[in-house]
Amino acid sequence: MAVERSARLMQGNEACVEGAIAAGCRFYAGYPITPSTEIAELMAASLPCVGGRFIQMEDEIASMAAIIGASLTGTKSMTATSGPGFSLKQENIGYAALTEVPCVIVNVQRSGPSTGLPTSPAQGDVMQSRWGTHGDHPIIVLSPSSVSETYRLTFESFNLAEKYRNPVILLMDEVVGHMRERVDLHSLSMSVVDRVKPTNKREDYLPYDAAPDGVSPMANFGDGYRCHVTGLIHNKKGYPTSKAEEVDFLIRRLHNKIDHNLDDVLKYEEYMVDDADIIVLAFGSVARSAHNAVRRARQNGVKAGLFRPITIWPFPEAAVTALAQKAKHIIVPEMNLGQLRLEVERVAGSRCQVSGINSIIGELIAPDQILRRIMEV
Amino acid sequence: MKNAAMEFRLGGSGGQGLILAGIILADAAIMEGKNAVQTQSYGPEARGGASKAEVIISESAIDYPKVTMPNVLLCLSDEAYRKYGQVVDPNGLVITDTSMHLPLPNEKTMVPLYRLPVLSIAREKIGRGLTANMVALGCLNALTKSVSDASLEQAISERVPAGTAELNLKAYRAGLAAAQQLLIAK
Repeated sequence: MAVERSARLMQGNEACVEGAIAAGCRFYAGYPITPSTEIAELMAASLPCVGGRFIQMEDEIASMAAIIGASLTGTKSMTATSGPGFSLKQENIGYAALTEVPCVIVNVQRSGPSTGLPTSPAQGDVMQSRWGTHGDHPIIVLSPSSVSETYRLTFESFNLAEKYRNPVILLMDEVVGHMRERVDLHSLSMSVVDRVKPTNKREDYLPYDAAPDGVSPMANFGDGYRCHVTGLIHNKKGYPTSKAEEVDFLIRRLHNKIDHNLDDVLKYEEYMVDDADIIVLAFGSVARSAHNAVRRARQNGVKAGLFRPITIWPFPEAAVTALAQKAKHIIVPEMNLGQLRLEVERVAGSRCQVSGINSIIGELIAPDQILRRIMEV
Repeated sequence: MKNAAMEFRLGGSGGQGLILAGIILADAAIMEGKNAVQTQSYGPEARGGASKAEVIISESAIDYPKVTMPNVLLCLSDEAYRKYGQVVDPNGLVITDTSMHLPLPNEKTMVPLYRLPVLSIAREKIGRGLTANMVALGCLNALTKSVSDASLEQAISERVPAGTAELNLKAYRAGLAAAQQLLIAK
């Protein structure tokens, strides 16, 4: 019965845990909430086996604080949540963005607002993942459509967090989180990126000394380097400042370090877009329905294509602009009332028509619904 | 039933273990080199309420992960049948438990219907009502031959709680035998 097992049936939440551990995650703090609970359960079982630590905190606010603290000591850290829990994480996500502490926040989206429809799928946190915490801040948000992509993007989230010293949000949804599908393990080999450590003498170390679009090396708390970490706007030493040029330099640098590296940060997938008159732009589980609809539209001789942003924030603006110059119509199906469509309209609205298919009933949008719209326009 | 993709919908009441049955079916298909996707839906209750598991098995990639037109519908409770049993492929088949009372579909749709004593086999023959999901898998595989018995039995052994493989395999084989007998009788 020795069967070659390079393929496995894996759940999305399980793939998230496996990807995190492979990327080097060794600390998880969280408060379980459906549909993300399997991530906490599997982290609790797996982390002790690789020398890591799992802690169930008293709530989501504390969980977010705990992963920031762990990351400051040099340990790759993650939390996962859903719905109302994601709202609670927001204040400390801003703290991580300003203090430049690498960390990964997984949000398996469920229906809202508030407790919503526990625990049906939704994509209502598109804008919250971008602007949930106050103030101008940089953020990277990735959204997987399959179980194997959940593995890869979780891994990639850690790499990006370490490279840019920034929180990264993995924006899943209930369908992808709970679905089980075939994963080919040999396709999952990826390289680990670790944060850059200081090489200068301890007394010369400045924790926030970087070029206008750069990232400074990060010393571990406890290694003897002088570090001051504050949610106040700070100078190169990490000390609070209100000097105009220092304030301006910091906030612009935080944005530049991401915005000047879009080739590295932005990921998307295109299917049949080259000659397409109609583009369906969809992400997460809805992109699978859209793929199905585009495939069938092509069988009917309709020139449709699929654009799937994998990086949701920053939004892949240049790629969508290029498509909008050729296409007549962009359809944006999403399980919310049109959050990503707003962004598509901003980028493409003056070049082609943009319309949405919006479902808020807690069910994955069916391919037929998208196909019907493709045939209408 | 040599479709490009086979769609299965398994409905029952929460706690009957049909989600595990769906996982095992998908697992067995993957062992045979096929693609498979398994999804589920259930209410907030851990026990009772209607619950369903869906599985798609295909030789090619599967984009939309949910079942739209099941080729195989298996229902173990009236409530699940009422909720999930309304659509079935005209060339497919329906498997229900003999204890169910609802008017069943085949008078109208002519879809072959197999009524099998899944729950009572589990309770009386195996002595554990909890094994109904494995009895159901046995019935399903006897009638559809979706995957080989060897793959399915291996998937059962790997997925059921430690120490219960023998009991679950016994239940699976009892379901298989009951459905095979029904086929001979027809």
